[in-house]
Amino acid sequence: MSTEISDAIVVPSKQAHTGKGLGTGNPADAFVIEPPRKRTEKTPRRTRTNFEMLAWLFMRLSGVVLVVLILGHLLIMLVLDGGVSKIGFAFVAGRWSSPFWQGWDLLMLWLAMLHGANGMRQVINDYAEKDSTRLWLKGLMGTATVFTVLLGTLVIFTFDPNI
Amino acid sequence: MSTPTVEHSAALDAVEAGVTKLITVTFRIRRFNPEEHPDPVWVDYQLEMDPKERVLDALNKIKWEQDGTLTYRRSCAHGICGSDAMRINGRNRLACKTLIKDVDPEKPITIEAIKGLTVLKDLVVDMDPFFQAYKDVMPFLITKGNEPTRERLQSAEDRERFDDTTKCILCAACTSSCPVFWNDGQYFGPAAIVNAHRFIFDSRDEGAEQRLEILNDREGVWRCRTTFNCSEACPRGIEVTKAIQEVKRALVTRRF
Repeated sequence: MSTEISDAIVVPSKQAHTGKGLGTGNPADAFVIEPPRKRTEKTPRRTRTNFEMLAWLFMRLSGVVLVVLILGHLLIMLVLDGGVSKIGFAFVAGRWSSPFWQGWDLLMLWLAMLHGANGMRQVINDYAEKDSTRLWLKGLMGTATVFTVLLGTLVIFTFDPNI
Repeated sequence: MSTPTVEHSAALDAVEAGVTKLITVTFRIRRFNPEEHPDPVWVDYQLEMDPKERVLDALNKIKWEQDGTLTYRRSCAHGICGSDAMRINGRNRLACKTLIKDVDPEKPITIEAIKGLTVLKDLVVDMDPFFQAYKDVMPFLITKGNEPTRERLQSAEDRERFDDTTKCILCAACTSSCPVFWNDGQYFGPAAIVNAHRFIFDSRDEGAEQRLEILNDREGVWRCRTTFNCSEACPRGIEVTKAIQEVKRALVTRRF
């Protein structure tokens, strides 16, 4: 837990904070700062699906698989066999002629994009307060995710080395 | 027959001689009165206190001797009613269970209201959303069939299964230390899940499936990030994060 204290002026107790004259003195002007998205009797609405549980499980399982896929990918691309200098059109074309590397890259693309998108969904759920903001941010993120995943899949399957 | 005499110890001698070493302690309290000023303000109070006294004693001393407008909740003052949870030196604690010597009296001791709930005045917060989450997990015995004519028996092992979560006093120290709850008040929060756990793992209760269904939803256990703030904050020493993880595990194993 953070131990820092919030930003406010420190006054000695001699200076009466509770004296008269700071505000208008009219109780009707009183206002308090409500925390974001306060729970009420009506909210949140029940959805009765297993979506959140499946998303949670997906994060754990895909994370384990991604550690292997991404570390392997980085090792091949950056370390082994001359490192980054070897990467070129010919290198990619050579790799994608094998169904194994096609499958590796396809799996990595799908898992990484869905894993990242689900993580971003959590961040939006945490930080966006208004329902409309949430809807827009999630919509944008969903569109970007679907676009990237579909485009990547298309390229992996229709790649032509004689282009 | 002689009257029993008390064994004399050094501590007792000191008390009898009137030697209690008082030190000067500064309490920096975050005060807020919406009727007077829209912004909270830190106010310093200096007191002569015995470091073995509690923070609550200091608050009482300020209220009774220095500034009667200081507002805070306290009831039993012995760590059971759960009224005086507050943020002392940046950590949620019960003022009645925190000794001044344990929170570094050399420096000003900061006291503020617990976070994530609307501050109404000084250290008093609106607890309604907190208790709404508690009500939403149905914290009462649910059974089917006719009532038995004698008490519902339970083995010692079955009782042990949920012993930890029966200790909750609903002080809100855990829920108001949770960063997920700070950002989104719709989340059930640790305290509600702890109290659901108390019934889910009770062998006499038959409403576990209903409660798991409720906690399986969007704002349920899956929002927990295991930051352990709740376990650290609990004044009763409940392993809160562990209880939340056990509910998660029960959900996963029952659904598959």
